[in-house]
Amino acid sequence: MKVTITVNGTPYTRDVEPRTLLAYFLREHCGLTGTHVGCDTSSCGCCVAVLDGQTAVKTCTMFAVQADGHEILTVEGLAAGGALHPIQQAFSDQHGLHCGYCTPGMMLTTVALLKHTPAPTEAQIREGLAGNLCRCTGYNNIVKAVQQAADVLRQPAAATK
Amino acid sequence: MIPAAFDYIRAHSPDEAFSHLQQHGGDARVLAGGQSLIPAMRFRLARPAVLVDINGLADLGRLELGRTALAIGAIARDSAIERAPWIGETRWSLLHDVSRVVADPVVRQMGTVVGSLCHNDPSGDWTAVALAARAAVVVRGRQGTRTVPIDDFLVDSFTTAVGEGEMALAVHFPVPGDRTAGSYQKVERKVGDFATAAAAVQVTLDGKGAIKEAGIALSAAGPCAVRVTEAEQALVGQKPTADVIRAAADAASKRSEPQADLRGSVEYKKNLAGVLVARGLRQALARLGVQA
Ligand SMILES: Cc1cc2nc3c(=O)[nH]c(=O)nc-3n(C[C@H](O)[C@H](O)[C@H](O)COP(=O)(O)OP(=O)(O)OC[C@H]3O[C@@H](n4cnc5c(N)ncnc54)[C@H](O)[C@@H]3O)c2cc1C
Ligand code: FES
Ligand code: FES
Repeated sequence: MKVTITVNGTPYTRDVEPRTLLAYFLREHCGLTGTHVGCDTSSCGCCVAVLDGQTAVKTCTMFAVQADGHEILTVEGLAAGGALHPIQQAFSDQHGLHCGYCTPGMMLTTVALLKHTPAPTEAQIREGLAGNLCRCTGYNNIVKAVQQAADVLRQPAAATK
Repeated sequence: MIPAAFDYIRAHSPDEAFSHLQQHGGDARVLAGGQSLIPAMRFRLARPAVLVDINGLADLGRLELGRTALAIGAIARDSAIERAPWIGETRWSLLHDVSRVVADPVVRQMGTVVGSLCHNDPSGDWTAVALAARAAVVVRGRQGTRTVPIDDFLVDSFTTAVGEGEMALAVHFPVPGDRTAGSYQKVERKVGDFATAAAAVQVTLDGKGAIKEAGIALSAAGPCAVRVTEAEQALVGQKPTADVIRAAADAASKRSEPQADLRGSVEYKKNLAGVLVARGLRQALARLGVQA
């Protein structure tokens, strides 16, 4: 089936089998390998991308054909004009990553979380990231990073992000 | 892991979805949130030849709070319940509780309430809640639509009253009366795990503080979620006391028929069912300002 999916603002038209999972569409058909596959069983959250600007989805649990005509944001789409996105900057500042394998999923889940909850409490951050597993950083710094990102994004200057 | 090949059809209206389902019968499946179906297809536990994707049917994504019922459309996500403006009201506390513990927060952004009922996992969360709240599912069949009470809808593990070529359009939760509160109690090993045991509880008090209506149901306690009628009978008409709560809890332990697995033994899970019903009742009553 021919599909056109707009990934990070760029339309990608590809011929895919309906059974192609979105994670593999992104990685193998678009060459965007920033979306990681951790478990391939819908459990770890490494593969999370954002659908239509507001829904965090596990791309291993969605078919590419479902995203035909929709917009997907992946980690490659976060930085703009050579500047890190405030969420990326916060993960760097707060040491919110160690090996980095879970990080794209953490950050994209954060995009959707902050969209719906711009001023989250620590508990809301912990609950909001409960579907994302990190096996090495430990969660404290990740929570701090999300808190910093939320603070920065709430400032008027960052409103366009 | 790659699912077996299938044909994908994106429906543009409920009528169109229905006609494709009619045409393909047992070979076709509805694709809602995909959070149960796609994992099952990846493991090749399910190999539907045709998927009818209903995610484009925006009208089925609505939550409509009417005078007598809350209608949750077939593609309304768990997260929509979690974020509904009225979810903090005491009378919706059962829905409030469950909407925060189904699966994990990312899965809840895609997974649907109706899909969960149609999937009818023995350890699912929404099935027990629908029983306790006395919900009903609107099913589209060849003869038009029919409204199926949840007790008749849940037939057996992974089996519902939705027949071949049919689809569910919505689930209706009756708007609870004044002085109603609920509680959903789930013990899980970790976030995103299915329940080791879970209890859904909803009670309505009358003007004198006696229990007017009670809904008690268990998940992970048999082939599908079960209503504990004996517990409901032990409660209705009574003032909520520790003894009455104990009677309901005992009835729940007795009714529970769990399977032993890595999450626990039969004995443990039966005991837990009673403990969770008692906890749920105490929490629901506390939400109504009653200590019991
Ligand atoms: C990591 C993970 C953890 C989970 N943990 C839990 C948990 O703790 N508790 C829990 O209850 N669930 C859990 N789930 C399941 C999740 O809640 C699913 O979203 C839900 O069971 C199914 O909803 P869905 O919309 O995704 O349905 P789908 O996966 O799209 O469909 C499920 C089944 O129902 C059928 N169906 C769906 N909609 C209709 C319809 N309108 N008419 C007819 N048939 C229909 C489909 O054909 C399919 O057979 C978990 C899932 C994952 C991936
Ligand atoms: S790879 Fe998708 S959830 Fe783990
Ligand atoms: S940074 Fe290594 S898994 Fe999270």
